Amino acid sequence: MQAHEKIGVAINGARDAGRTALVPYITAGYPDTATFADTLEAVSAVGDVVEIGVPFSDPMADGLTIQRSSHTALKNGVSLKWIFDQLDLTKPRVEVPLVLMSYVNPLLAFGYDELASRALASGVCAFIVPDLPLEESDALRTALEAKGVGLIQMVTPATPDDRLARLAQASCGFLYAVTVTGITGGGAEPSDDLPFYLDKVTAISPLPVCAGFGIRKAADVASVGEHVAGVIVGSALVEVLERGEDPAAFLRGLIHAA
Amino acid sequence: MKSILAASDAAALLASSIRGELPDERGRFGPFGGRYIPETLVPAFERLEAGVRRYLPDAGFQQAFRRELREWVGRPTALTFAARLSESWGTEVWLKREDLAHTGAHKINNAIGQALLAKRLGAKRVIAETGAGQHGVASAAACARVGLPCRVFMGAVDIARQAPNVDRMHRLGAEVVSVETGDKTLRAAIDEAMREWVSDPNDIYYLLGSAVGPHPYPWLVRELQSVIGAEARQQMLDQAGGLPDVAFACVGGGSNAIGLFYPLLGDAAIELIGVEAGGTGSGLGQNAATLATGTPGVLQGCYSMILQNDDGQVQETHSISAGLDYSGVGPEHALLQAVGRVSYVSADDEEALAALEEVCALEGILTALETAHAYAAAKRWSKDHPGKRILIGNSGRGDKDMPTLTQHPVRIFSHASA
Repeated sequence: MQAHEKIGVAINGARDAGRTALVPYITAGYPDTATFADTLEAVSAVGDVVEIGVPFSDPMADGLTIQRSSHTALKNGVSLKWIFDQLDLTKPRVEVPLVLMSYVNPLLAFGYDELASRALASGVCAFIVPDLPLEESDALRTALEAKGVGLIQMVTPATPDDRLARLAQASCGFLYAVTVTGITGGGAEPSDDLPFYLDKVTAISPLPVCAGFGIRKAADVASVGEHVAGVIVGSALVEVLERGEDPAAFLRGLIHAA
Repeated sequence: MKSILAASDAAALLASSIRGELPDERGRFGPFGGRYIPETLVPAFERLEAGVRRYLPDAGFQQAFRRELREWVGRPTALTFAARLSESWGTEVWLKREDLAHTGAHKINNAIGQALLAKRLGAKRVIAETGAGQHGVASAAACARVGLPCRVFMGAVDIARQAPNVDRMHRLGAEVVSVETGDKTLRAAIDEAMREWVSDPNDIYYLLGSAVGPHPYPWLVRELQSVIGAEARQQMLDQAGGLPDVAFACVGGGSNAIGLFYPLLGDAAIELIGVEAGGTGSGLGQNAATLATGTPGVLQGCYSMILQNDDGQVQETHSISAGLDYSGVGPEHALLQAVGRVSYVSADDEEALAALEEVCALEGILTALETAHAYAAAKRWSKDHPGKRILIGNSGRGDKDMPTLTQHPVRIFSHASA
């Protein structure tokens, strides 16, 4: 089985258990580097797939919460190399597939070929690159797929249908459906058309669909979960970490209260 | 960096650039450029690109644009022979006076062009970023002129050092949003404008102020700013009796420089020199000399030269001039450096201040701190090239720099003795 295929297996496992798959997002090295391994282990015990954010100096698609966590992580000295080293250490205790979220420049600086090998060795099954649209993604996709690592595509409510079909075909791992037109953690309310949009994405996608942006509480997971296989919880979880609360308890509350 | 292109590729790319074939269909200037944007903005960029392809060559659009340049901006701007600077430097110095354009800098050429485009594309409101405030003022004025609301994002650090421009923007009807994130200068303001755009991609027109960012901006801005070089070239022939031996322009994002240089690329005998901010030193974070000391990478939507560390994290910059204080540079400049057509040098804070004083004292022109960098480099070049003819892009006026300048008392040139 290729690394990226483990993601679909994990998400479908949740479906078979009769629940919505949970994909928690944490910024690597936030709130500090010393507790990253513990945090990762804690969220991976609840999540079906874990998304780890690589901090970047210019996170233009992110709202204040992720910007703040990214900034702090960089001040803490976090780099892609450091993240891979940490993942090597936690690998024996983290069984779920991992996805790295990174803006393109840190990946370019690392080197695409070395990135693919290093990712595979550390248990990273796919990448999400929010500033790399399909048209610019050939070089990275080729390098990653040579090692069986996926490149996850995002779709949004603004995506036209023909483009949606292309993105769904190109995605590898799962298809990321952004729920709102906006940045992460923004105040924008999902529109009334959200169920229709999510059903459309699910119908067109050969891969399981996970919805993200604005998923903050159990009711969000329940309502969005009726239309997609999984949900991504980012800013709300980072805020839990910011307040020094128990991330695993927060995540369990999202599923069980539903 | 020069090794990024084989010599044969470099020659072919330069020829292609001179023929007007760049950027290519994917928005590339050779290896540089492209469009690295969040998926949410893809439809908005496709609409923008389609609009640019439709309206830039459109006779009606060009007629409206040229008319605004003539009747509202005040073009053509003068070409001034700098007699006393020439005498002092031992060269023949000519100044392309963008400081005389409406609102006091070249920025207005781009702002009115894009505002006209925004109107045609049916935008409900305009957003813009600004560093020194010149683009913010130009955008505010252009939006008032075409009747669109305007919101300007400006870093908190820049708001403090460019207070007169903030007030001008308010008076011209724009809302100024103080950006407290990131480095609190131009780069953070662009990030914040992008975030705003992501939240409302259908109704917003993003009026980007320099020849940077995702395709089609570097192309669009160059096309709107090329009037500088086209006018200057003709004026040199008419007034100086021939083309210059060398042309200097300051480079932050690089819109005034590309506007001056682009129409001169085909004149192989003209040496072209871009001048970046040398800040307080050569270390990472002490300057904004992106082309001189940077490496290739993706910042704010395009692949170009950027100031970054080994991990690909973009570094903060320093320059006394807010308008040059940027970690990236337009992708076309990266190409022109790689193919060897334009050389890029730097001038530091002190050299810029001294040059500003000299231009004030000898020519009666309070030039912008950004522009002063070009004078400093031109003066240095003059020492080794006596008698040569120099064209300097005088990109803007320095009134907006008074809060900074009052901290640096006049020292070298007194008007009585000089």
